[in-house]
Amino acid sequence: MSSPAPLHHLDIGIGGIQVRLRTTSPEFIALMQARFRGFTGHVDAPNHVFDVEIVPVDYAEDEALDGISTEVRVLRDGPRWRLLCGDFDATWTPGTGRGTVRLHPSPYSLDSVLRILHTVLLAGQGGMLMHASSVMLDGRAYLFTGVSESGKTTISRLAPPDAHVLTDEMSFIRLEYGAYYAYGTPFAGELATPGENLRAPLAAIHLLAKGPDNRIEPMGPAEAVRTVMANVLYFARDDALTAQVFDNAIALAAAVPVRRLTFFPDARVWDLFGTTP
Amino acid sequence: MSTPLFLLRSDNVAARRIGDELMIMFARDSSLFSLNETAALLWDAADGRTPLAEIVARELCPRYDVDAATALRDATELALGLAERGILQVGERPFADAGDAA
Repeated sequence: MSSPAPLHHLDIGIGGIQVRLRTTSPEFIALMQARFRGFTGHVDAPNHVFDVEIVPVDYAEDEALDGISTEVRVLRDGPRWRLLCGDFDATWTPGTGRGTVRLHPSPYSLDSVLRILHTVLLAGQGGMLMHASSVMLDGRAYLFTGVSESGKTTISRLAPPDAHVLTDEMSFIRLEYGAYYAYGTPFAGELATPGENLRAPLAAIHLLAKGPDNRIEPMGPAEAVRTVMANVLYFARDDALTAQVFDNAIALAAAVPVRRLTFFPDARVWDLFGTTP
Repeated sequence: MSTPLFLLRSDNVAARRIGDELMIMFARDSSLFSLNETAALLWDAADGRTPLAEIVARELCPRYDVDAATALRDATELALGLAERGILQVGERPFADAGDAA
């Protein structure tokens, strides 16, 4: 009789939320350590623990993991959530902090599961993930959002040497004791490198557009909410949680300045930030 | 005389007033709509029990200085448009489950 394969684990901490992965595959752990570098490290009491089963990409008998479907489905079934796509199938019970994941051996699959997990967790706590780069300068965080090619990565590349790029792709916003904070994330975009694992009070959110000069213009309250809502990452088709996301966006837009930033893509745009309120 | 119409707010949307705009978000896909002033008036009055003609006479005619027939025609078109988008329900009878909508 053979003994069971030993379990390996990896703790990934993003935005102060610790997720432990347990799997029999040391290769997968090594892959994830590289993918989430800067955000791993053992903790004694993780908030959520997932048992991970690696399913070969060519395992044809698995109907859920067809490797083709790109539609993300996030469904609530009583206290349990199910997260589904063509390359992963996860269940998770927030109340117990336990879950299972079956996925293809790709860092992108786990990356997706973690993003979805955080969208659900943050929605219940007044925070959110937003399609935005975020940069920390002089102890404060500035978010830059907008459509594809609007300059989210560009403006983070242009940040001064003493700035810290929290992410060029996916900003992590938490509400803590009545104030909003931006956290660094490992979710990378064009820079293909994780953000710095730092945290700072959120100073402002900017909707980007490239133009011939640099200027910041205020937005009205409804436009600010529309800007936030248009860029929130959210998948669940759940009435109560969707209304919560809407209320979170309204509260964020009321508490943090949301502005339109037109910029010419060179470093002078950063003269508008830092010591400027 | 035309058949009376009754309006009821859909229960699968979230409505929030932000500044002077009424914003509607659908649970099914998180899509967002802003209602103009007239549509917001219809939304506010859509209790499932009050005939549209009464809403028009009470809310729209005094506000926009328009005759009742013209206002009712425009409001009917607007209400049907909102119903097509799933923001309102429109029926020819009062809605039985309108108790909470008032």
